[in-house]
Amino acid sequence: MKILVPVKRVIDYNVRIRVKPDHSGVETANVKMSMNPFDEIAVEEAVRLKEKGKATEVVAVSIGPAQAQDTLRTAMAIGADRALQILADGDIEPLAVAKILKAVAGREAPQMVILGKQAIDDDSAQTGQMLAALLGWPQATFASTVEITEDRVLVTREVDGGHQTLELTLPAVVTTDLRLNEPRYASLPNIMKAKKKPLESLPVAEFGVDTSPRLTLVKVEEPSVRQAGKRVQSVAELVDKLRNEAKVI
Amino acid sequence: MPTYKAPLDHYRFLINEVFDVAQLARLPGMEDFGPDVISSVLEEAARLAEHEIQPLNLPGDAEGCRYENGTVTTPKGFKQAYDRLCGGGWTGLTAETRYGGQGLPHVAGTAFEEMMSSANMAFGMFPGLSQGAYRAILNHGTDDQKDLYLPMLASGVWSGTMCLTESQCGTDLGLIRTKAIPAEDGSFRITGSKIFISAGEHDLTENIIHLVLAKLPDAPSGVKGISLFVVPKFMPVPNGNAWKAGTRNGVRCGSIEHKMGIKASPTCVINFDEATGWLVGEPHKGMRAMFTMMNAARLGVAMQGLGAAEVAYQNALTYANDRLQGRALKGPAAPAKPADPIIVHPDVRRTLLTIKAFTEGARALSVWVGMQLDIMHANPDPHAKQEAEDLLALMTPVLKAYFTDAGFESANMAMQVYGGHGYIHEWGMEQFVRDARITQIYEGANGIQALDLVGRKLPQNTGRLLRRFFHPVQQFCESNAADPTLAEFVVPVAKALGKLQYATVTVAQKGMANPDEAGAASSDYLRLFALVAMGYMWARMAKGATEKRPQAGERAPFSPARLRTARFFMARVLPEAEMRFRQVMAGGKSMMDMPADEFAA
Ligand SMILES: Cc1cc2nc3c(=O)[nH]c(=O)nc-3n(C[C@H](O)[C@H](O)[C@H](O)COP(=O)(O)OP(=O)(O)OC[C@H]3O[C@@H](n4cnc5c(N)ncnc54)[C@H](O)[C@@H]3O)c2cc1C
Repeated sequence: MKILVPVKRVIDYNVRIRVKPDHSGVETANVKMSMNPFDEIAVEEAVRLKEKGKATEVVAVSIGPAQAQDTLRTAMAIGADRALQILADGDIEPLAVAKILKAVAGREAPQMVILGKQAIDDDSAQTGQMLAALLGWPQATFASTVEITEDRVLVTREVDGGHQTLELTLPAVVTTDLRLNEPRYASLPNIMKAKKKPLESLPVAEFGVDTSPRLTLVKVEEPSVRQAGKRVQSVAELVDKLRNEAKVI
Repeated sequence: MPTYKAPLDHYRFLINEVFDVAQLARLPGMEDFGPDVISSVLEEAARLAEHEIQPLNLPGDAEGCRYENGTVTTPKGFKQAYDRLCGGGWTGLTAETRYGGQGLPHVAGTAFEEMMSSANMAFGMFPGLSQGAYRAILNHGTDDQKDLYLPMLASGVWSGTMCLTESQCGTDLGLIRTKAIPAEDGSFRITGSKIFISAGEHDLTENIIHLVLAKLPDAPSGVKGISLFVVPKFMPVPNGNAWKAGTRNGVRCGSIEHKMGIKASPTCVINFDEATGWLVGEPHKGMRAMFTMMNAARLGVAMQGLGAAEVAYQNALTYANDRLQGRALKGPAAPAKPADPIIVHPDVRRTLLTIKAFTEGARALSVWVGMQLDIMHANPDPHAKQEAEDLLALMTPVLKAYFTDAGFESANMAMQVYGGHGYIHEWGMEQFVRDARITQIYEGANGIQALDLVGRKLPQNTGRLLRRFFHPVQQFCESNAADPTLAEFVVPVAKALGKLQYATVTVAQKGMANPDEAGAASSDYLRLFALVAMGYMWARMAKGATEKRPQAGERAPFSPARLRTARFFMARVLPEAEMRFRQVMAGGKSMMDMPADEFAA
């Protein structure tokens, strides 16, 4: 069984995000970039399935600028067998990503696509769902366990109020949640091997997908700073403030 | 709780913009290790250091090591972290691939040592000492010894120690009393007591390989009568393609020391009682073998000094931005707050920048010197090899003494930024100071490094080693002096170099007539030397920070912060060279004239 794992290059989760002065987006120049943490979990899960003998090949794919090669090498250092880079500049919205991935799935014919439930840069949480719809495959989102049996996959999902277990027929799309696994540290031999694993680069034009944005970004702003709390002397004062200052009652 | 982020950006800058690290990948056997590979390796090293090793630092200090009945227990979490290090291949980072190592360049190795030391100096000593043992056997052992011990040390399954010190001798190893008696089977029976042995006993590995200095029955007295032996805690027995620990050898840990810092690193009394050992290298040539081990170890200790300064700086910087106290002298900088963050105060800035100028300059120096190690090992051209070896020999005492002196001073200054809170355990700052202090003492006290520089390295091959340093600095200054953007950095360095050259001639001449003169000048001379080397590094970094290169990726190499720090270095750190020059030139009479009894008068 072949598993396709789409990975995205995003601002490192440790970086303090700064909004550009003209509010057109967030500052990315000179900022550390890493693999989207949910995608790292997806790669780890795919590699574990391979190590358990459930999968035969893990292919990582990334749509983005040339530097996304680093992200793909990271995926291969964790254990992906090869990588596919689709060169595209600028913002590619989830629908376009899903369409490109559909075309990739057509080429690669995987039995399963495992991807992060969302990317931590724009938090859309749409790509996996759209991809499943476009492919006409079953989907299980926010997975906390993934188990493969014969031609099916059992996925436990974290939902409000507990866990839900779904059984899907393969091929299927699975998106990962935080508790699915803890990604490993890449070992030195694997970092070195990753440099020699095959990485194919293709221009996005080859996939015939219209990647022009359908949304217009109006303005990006920093979250407003939380006001310091105030201590009130009496219940009457509290009620007064809630009514006249906060205007919530 | 203190935090730590590995200085990856700084390493990338040094690797890509300042030094031609790419040249290493052109050396035979190193083709796989271009700057991009080194970067990925450092990135993963950073993750390990930040997430797995650093969190154990403060609790490890509070818990310390425990001694009971000859066994030593390391603090909670150490074993798991150590196993993770081994699992990832990190214990064999620079070890030869034929012995199961990863064969990475030493440049990556020194960077890794800095990260380990910042994250957790006590923890980093375990793999650090194994490295020393590995190098000694690699360079002086027999083929059988190499085949047996090197793979076990590179994989981290076994660890190593260096057993030099005895109660009556630390610096002067000629006084060693531990005896080695030849046995009929070609091995030796080792008997004696060693003290202060780091990682001498612990619970991280199944076997511990001691490298022990001892005297043969027919040994001449003094340092010319010392031999080196390998003495395993458990006798190795074959186990398929590898080895495993067999019966217990006559090696026992008598106690561990209660000490100022690195409390999670056991400092052991190790008693050898007719323990079986094997000679490493030739009889009576143990000091030479030990020096191979110590040269690598001295660079490792230098990186400990730098590592302590770096982590202390990072935390002091955060604190200086958070702590509100007083107002900026020219009026409030944060009027909405009850007070300004203390980073507005000139004296706090002076403190922070003094540390920053040290850590970045020292890191550059470590990359430059680390590259010499790689050139020495891998370059087939004997001339290039010799040049690298000379420079390395010259710079090792300079780096060891300067990085650890300035490293300790830096940790201490960083603690000052915290005011009273710096004195309190839970903030972690006082631990950095306590931990850093030993680096000035072990692996040859810093006074001994200065003597090594003045007494051994300066006169060697009629000053050939010195020329390996003077020439590139001079050349750099000459070829960049006309560049208007670089003149402000190049001119002060050229002047300081002139002073250093003048001081060198004086020390050499006076020292020839009267060795006390060389000894009296040595520590100040070493500092003067280090400051010139740092100036050279800052000038090169200023150059790297101003030149835009076409192959630079999205990371703009231009960095105003680096130029500003370079300016601070020239204005506020380099002037110390003037003072050191005058101290050197003042000669030793004022200290040698004083009769010993008058010191108490
Ligand atoms: C925590 C810790 C860990 C250690 N780990 C190890 C280890 O793993 N293995 C090991 O073998 N040892 C180890 N040591 C020992 C350490 O290397 C020695 O303490 C050090 O070399 C100094 O020796 P000493 O203590 O005998 O001091 P001394 O040699 O007595 O020196 C005292 C002072 O006199 C100065 N001095 C001595 N001789 C001269 C001279 N000729 N010229 C000028 N000045 C001189 C020295 O600079 C020093 O300041 C460790 C020590 C400590 C505290």
